[in-house]
Amino acid sequence: MAISREKIFEEVKEVLVDALGLDEDEVQPKSTLMGDLGAESIDFLDIVFRLEKSFSVKIPREELFPTEGLMNNPEYVKDGKMTQKGLEAMAKSMPHTDFSSFAANPDVNKIQDLFTVDSIVNFLEAKLAA
Amino acid sequence: MRWIWIDKFLEFNSGKSAVALKNVSLAEEHVHDNVPGFPMMPECLMIEAMAQTGGILVGEMRNFEEKVVLAKINKAQFYHYVRPGDTITFHAEVESIADEAASIAGQIRRGQDIVADIKLMYSHIDNNLGGKEFPKENFVFTDMFRSLLHGFVEEKA
Repeated sequence: MAISREKIFEEVKEVLVDALGLDEDEVQPKSTLMGDLGAESIDFLDIVFRLEKSFSVKIPREELFPTEGLMNNPEYVKDGKMTQKGLEAMAKSMPHTDFSSFAANPDVNKIQDLFTVDSIVNFLEAKLAA
Repeated sequence: MRWIWIDKFLEFNSGKSAVALKNVSLAEEHVHDNVPGFPMMPECLMIEAMAQTGGILVGEMRNFEEKVVLAKINKAQFYHYVRPGDTITFHAEVESIADEAASIAGQIRRGQDIVADIKLMYSHIDNNLGGKEFPKENFVFTDMFRSLLHGFVEEKA
């Protein structure tokens, strides 16, 4: 039986509470991992390890948080903004992410705001259904 | 000189688990500094000893080619004081490993007593997310560190 989105969210919430030392009510679907929840780079790997354990799936970090490879490509970044080509590549490699507000002002410094609780839930929903 | 907080390994199962031992002595200066008049092994140094036990376990998995450094203390819960004359053991198990990082679950014991539960994360710093470069020489796993493993793993050239 497929696991429901609510159940995925609850598990993700538990992972984030443990990994980042948060209170349960701090974790909301729209919360950004770095801005709202205070995650640092090592926490992203911690989160990946914990998700793998909770959901019994293998999660390559670059699938869930793939921006590193994209940002190092000069064709994708120009003057501190993602190019059209970069945005297309992002949309392709991050189908679990909501780009609607980022696309209007694709400042690379705003990339971290794309990593939200919802994006993790979306990713797992697709991964577990596959 | 580098501080090594474990005296020897008791068990070493490559890629899986390790057990190291430390004897705590009244002659060690640090046992007097934490709480004056109450000599004890400082918890922070026991975390470091656990990190060294787990770090060697993680480093050996890739033949010490990675520079493995402590990146995050996920959990450190202590239940007992450790006093001079105590022998403590550090039990580490690899939980996860990826190109950039690894995590271990650890326990410190004194005989059958559980002194602490500790979970740690390590970064393989040459694969760090910030793209920062470090010297080629492996300054983490010096000969002194690796000598702890004599007799436990086959020496690789």
